Amino acid sequence: MSEAAVHPDGHEHDHHDHEMTFVEKWIFPLDHKYIGKQYLFTGMVMALFGGFLAYAFRMQLAWPGTDIPLFGHMSPAEYNAAVTNHGTIMIFWVAMPVLIAAFGNFLIPLMVGADDMVFPRLNRLSYQVFLLSAIVIVASLFVPGGGFGGAWTAYPPLSAVAAYNLTPQGSTMWLLAVALEFIAFLIGGINFITTAMNSRAPGMTWEKVPMVVWMICIASILFMASVGPLMAGAVMLLFDQTIGTGFFDPARGGDPILWQHLFWFFGHPEVYVVLLPATGMVAEIVPTFARKKLFGYKTVLFTAIGTGVLSFFVWAHHQFIAGIDPRMANVFTITTVLISIPIAEMMFLYIATLYGGSIRFTTPMLWALGFIFAFLIGGVTGIPLGASGADIYFHDSYFVIAHFHFTFFPIAFIGTFAGLTYWYPKMFGRMMNETLGKIHFWGTMISFHCLFIPMFVLGLAGQHRRIYDFTNFPELGVPFLQDIRVFCTSALLVLLAFQFVFLYNFIVSMFRGEKASENPWNANTLEWATPSPPGHGNFKEFPNVYRGPYEYSVPDRESDFWPQHHPA
Amino acid sequence: MASQYTVAHQRSATGIPTSKLALWWLLCSEIVIFGGVLASYLMFRLTHPEWSFDASHTNTMAGSINTFVLLTSSLFAVLAHHAAEMKDGPKAARYLMMTFGGGLLFLIIKGFEWSFEISHGYTITASRFWSFYYTAAGIHASHVIAGMIIMLWVANTARKGKDLHRVENVGLYWHFVDLVWIFLFPLLYIAK
Repeated sequence: MSEAAVHPDGHEHDHHDHEMTFVEKWIFPLDHKYIGKQYLFTGMVMALFGGFLAYAFRMQLAWPGTDIPLFGHMSPAEYNAAVTNHGTIMIFWVAMPVLIAAFGNFLIPLMVGADDMVFPRLNRLSYQVFLLSAIVIVASLFVPGGGFGGAWTAYPPLSAVAAYNLTPQGSTMWLLAVALEFIAFLIGGINFITTAMNSRAPGMTWEKVPMVVWMICIASILFMASVGPLMAGAVMLLFDQTIGTGFFDPARGGDPILWQHLFWFFGHPEVYVVLLPATGMVAEIVPTFARKKLFGYKTVLFTAIGTGVLSFFVWAHHQFIAGIDPRMANVFTITTVLISIPIAEMMFLYIATLYGGSIRFTTPMLWALGFIFAFLIGGVTGIPLGASGADIYFHDSYFVIAHFHFTFFPIAFIGTFAGLTYWYPKMFGRMMNETLGKIHFWGTMISFHCLFIPMFVLGLAGQHRRIYDFTNFPELGVPFLQDIRVFCTSALLVLLAFQFVFLYNFIVSMFRGEKASENPWNANTLEWATPSPPGHGNFKEFPNVYRGPYEYSVPDRESDFWPQHHPA
Repeated sequence: MASQYTVAHQRSATGIPTSKLALWWLLCSEIVIFGGVLASYLMFRLTHPEWSFDASHTNTMAGSINTFVLLTSSLFAVLAHHAAEMKDGPKAARYLMMTFGGGLLFLIIKGFEWSFEISHGYTITASRFWSFYYTAAGIHASHVIAGMIIMLWVANTARKGKDLHRVENVGLYWHFVDLVWIFLFPLLYIAK
């Protein structure tokens, strides 16, 4: 192996670190850690933008027709564009780039003991395509006619024909941005999978790979296997919009249900594409702070694979009232209820890891436990939606909104905060403030539950999800329901306010935080064998792996952890 | 940087060379893209028997010749791989250029075929069959063009005897492009 040629001596990495200029680090980086940070920062900016859209339309729902501070009066078209792009941005430009691309880029080479990704230039290209897509989606809100308002699912014929959606440029730009984003993640995913498969340190067999690396790879494979039909569908929809082919337009012999199949064949695995990396991070954090071996490593892995496989057979549960065959609805009800088994099993394994552990309630641990708590509510409320009989009533109501956010908020934010607070010392070389971290945790958790639990009630009361001003409806405009809406919006304002605590902590700790040691959490995985932050090339000496990643509190050992790279 | 490749790239924990492994994953992602187009088309064809009237206006002869051209170009890709295995860079480059020529001939025939059809009113908006005909074959043709561009680049390095492993990889990609056509040809041309 030619490792010696790349790193002739132990100081090589310092040498490389000094060589890197600002442009090499931040403008056109090849180093996986800086590309990961680019993804992270872009995702955070997009999260602020998506959060602002949520703020704007929630204000409209609580106090319809009034001037919204920082936004002004909101028209129905603007409302539709805001909800559509809030959904699209939070999933494709926040959850995906942060959970898969930022953590995948940062963690995979470090955790498998390599110096970088297998294809650094392809990695950089993936970010550049992604950045372009982010610019296109934001710009699409400001073109003549306004942003696309046909919901993040973009059902035709509304999305296919400009005469229906009235956003000729906005809808095409929306579609282009989503397609570009898919290409960026296909390139990135190939890089992740290949790196994890081929670049593992000597001795790291498949059952010694840290769970988060497994999860990001399974997620990348799910993405790759599910997005293809939607890529094809996107080309067809683009032709419908621009040259008038009519694949999905019933007025011209097309079939709008076909789009729903193509979209949800991707859309449901997509849930697990973002869920699995989040659960993988929880699987790293829980053993570290329970000082106990992950309970059932192989079972966790098989539940993840089982979930991944099943996720390809549940998509039509989004279409129970779209006019599909009732016999098909029966089949998809069964598969949908089945898929809750492996993922529930996974959550139980995490809880079993806690049992008998010596638990340390650090900020990352709080977030990891918060993830398990909130995600269980999200999972359990999915069961009435997966049963086709109940779904006929719940469909398109706020019950769906509440359920969806009880899955995606824990994934995209609670899981991300767990990962960010845990790996922050490795990313930036300094510790975050624990007190501010805990204030942020409790503020976010309480306001999040206040925001979405009442929406289950609104959904049960029959509140439809796509209404601009409920006061126009006698049954829905009653004071009791309007009060709940005001309460939800107030909770959102508190939730948003607490995020500034995090931003302050995140930015100030980068410069003023306490210097982090190599391994501040006494964890086992290989990234903690590098300096904080790691230099270019990561490892002074490339490690060999001798044991699994979760050997905590092994009897008859002095220390309660046993790093993977320490010889026996 | 000291080396063109990262240590990560040079390792091979699976025993499969890194670039070939990545290429197989790329092909997997391509299979589902074409799978989506073809599955959509098949769903329509099964429920719309009247599409066979449109399909009867396709030029089966041009399609057959193109199938023959692509298959022959794939043969040259195999010969290029064989030459690369023998460490004969210039010979591999010559065979790759012949594969490139096959791709070019395919596109020229397709160009004449499409101009003839469009001039007779069979445009992409003429009916849903023609929409699929142009979209599926168009996505395929864009892959042919991409493969040809990469092939020029690989032939250029192979001529100098460098990075001969790329000859096999671009060949694998070309066989995939060929294979997609083997599915498109009967579905779009022969099924009347």
